[in-house]
Amino acid sequence: MASQFLWVIVPYLALVLFVAGHIWRYQRDQFGWTSKSSELLEKRQLRLGSLLFHWGILFVFVGHVMGILIPEPFYEALGVTEEMYHALALAGGIPAGLAALAGFVILFRRRLTVKRVRVTSSTGDWVALGFLLVVITSGLSSTLLNVNSHGFDYRTTIGPWFRGLLTFRPDPVYMETVPLWFKIHILAAFGLFAVWPFTRLVHVFSFPLRYLQRSYVVYRKRMPKSVDSLDRAQ
Amino acid sequence: MKNGELRLKSGSKAMRLVNLFYNPYQPTIDDYYEPWNYDYETLTNSPSKQYQPVARPKSSITGEWMELSWGPNWEDDLAGAHVTGLRDPNVVKMEQSIQAEFENVFMMYLPRICEHCLNPSCVSSCPSGAMYKRDEDGIVLVDQNACRAWRYCVTSCPYKKVYFNWQTNKAEKCTLCFPRIEAGMPTICSETCVGRIRYIGVILYDADKVKEAASVEDEKQLYHAQLDIFLDPNDPAVAAAAKEAGIPDEWITAAQRSPIYKMIVDWKIALPLHPEYRTLPMVWYIPPLSPIINTIEGKGSSASANDIFPAIDNMRIPIEYLANLLTAGDTAHIRTTLKKMAAMRSYMRAKQTNKQPDIRLVESLGLSREDIEEMYRLLAIAKYEDRFVIPASHREEVADLYAEQGSCGLAFAGGPGACGTL
Repeated sequence: MASQFLWVIVPYLALVLFVAGHIWRYQRDQFGWTSKSSELLEKRQLRLGSLLFHWGILFVFVGHVMGILIPEPFYEALGVTEEMYHALALAGGIPAGLAALAGFVILFRRRLTVKRVRVTSSTGDWVALGFLLVVITSGLSSTLLNVNSHGFDYRTTIGPWFRGLLTFRPDPVYMETVPLWFKIHILAAFGLFAVWPFTRLVHVFSFPLRYLQRSYVVYRKRMPKSVDSLDRAQ
Repeated sequence: MKNGELRLKSGSKAMRLVNLFYNPYQPTIDDYYEPWNYDYETLTNSPSKQYQPVARPKSSITGEWMELSWGPNWEDDLAGAHVTGLRDPNVVKMEQSIQAEFENVFMMYLPRICEHCLNPSCVSSCPSGAMYKRDEDGIVLVDQNACRAWRYCVTSCPYKKVYFNWQTNKAEKCTLCFPRIEAGMPTICSETCVGRIRYIGVILYDADKVKEAASVEDEKQLYHAQLDIFLDPNDPAVAAAAKEAGIPDEWITAAQRSPIYKMIVDWKIALPLHPEYRTLPMVWYIPPLSPIINTIEGKGSSASANDIFPAIDNMRIPIEYLANLLTAGDTAHIRTTLKKMAAMRSYMRAKQTNKQPDIRLVESLGLSREDIEEMYRLLAIAKYEDRFVIPASHREEVADLYAEQGSCGLAFAGGPGACGTL
């Protein structure tokens, strides 16, 4: 029952909040949808912290896609053995995770100690930081405590369980043998997903890829309102 | 801004995405100044005591007491321009050394607003597509709902006219008071200028030729290239084409009466600010003349043209300085413009003191008697209805004005018009 609650109900609650929260926020709060940059207030510490954190977390994300979303048979079909995969995951994951953690620590310290940044922080900023702290430290601990290639294999446990969530065939049995650090990491991550849409983290979905195709000069034409809406107003 | 092809100085689009997490060129708030307020309550709440109470400055960001060391217009005039003025890029470019000694100092005022460029680099650099140029009147705006605070507009505008709001975390800029413009009224800065130096009018231009004009190789030709894309509203073919393109009749009439078209195209006395930025700016300036005239036209001077023209090169405000501001360093054109202004003064002075105006002098500058008198009327008499020829935009066609009345688009809680109540 507990495992049903932790590994089926909680994740789905978080995912529903994540998806519905984003839709709600996008509809209701375009003005508040911003990356909330504080570079104007403090630039020196931000440089190192922001670059390390963002690039680190990008590589960490790619690693999660490779380890959790892509099933093990896919790698076997490519001829990638368990040992090769594990070595690659550690070689890429540990530096990326350390970079993200180092950046996080610099940015967290900056937010606490630079008064201009501290007083312009919102509750949402602190909540997001709190969850990120647990997620990053537990994730990095899980990786570092699982260096032994014959140890725990998340690709046959967490992977199928997570893909089951996405395909609406969740099976909490996969999670029974998972070590504690991984469990903390996963639950904290779902906590982060639940608060995500209500914090500045929404800016992740605004990464401006469309900029690459947009014309250099943007013109906007005024659009006459339909007669309908004018009538209704009268 | 160019490397064979027109591009932003900060590099390619991809480069800006790579730098998204840290913009190396962005100024911090200390490059402007830390905003502050005064603790006025100590004055009103003070008990009776021997010494005057003092209102101390308090930071608007942190709420801490501040020791003021920099602020808006801090180095105006003689308060420090002898130090910061030497770093002015327009001065640095000058070949002759600048006179910063007190007795030779010169001052001029260059009121700057957003240029509402034809080729706006802030718009080109906005990754979110939040910045845009209005199709109907060319005003450049930030869509406050679409801005995602990537801040490239701040660093890409060479006129430094886009700002980042640290409270709302969105970019803001001059809106050319568009609600007033839509109603046919001038901007607040133009309306309230006691010197009556600001003029607003309509210019028709060929939007398809903007890129070509901005890509002209020789910086000194950019001014001429921009002139070439302006269309003559009195040409029947242009008026017909404008009508066909859906431009209302009253806009075409306004373009024909445009005060700025006369200054820019007919008389060529107004010049674009820093044309070498290739933004094709749309706030133009008439270079200042006055400081010289006093020495030449002063007591006992005959004020003849022969005295005035050679003296233009000995102005307190050096020609090179004006050329760096307005013509990408082309001093010849600044000289012609100043001569036109001087000729107008000399002509009108002769006329009003019952002397014979020297019409040959005027004609040698490519102007006629009528031009001079019209210039005089527009620049010196400067009637309100001559300075501002602004057609209404008929917003009632596209919006529900009944529902909008009394509302300000940015005055919602947390909005930039809410005066800091977050």
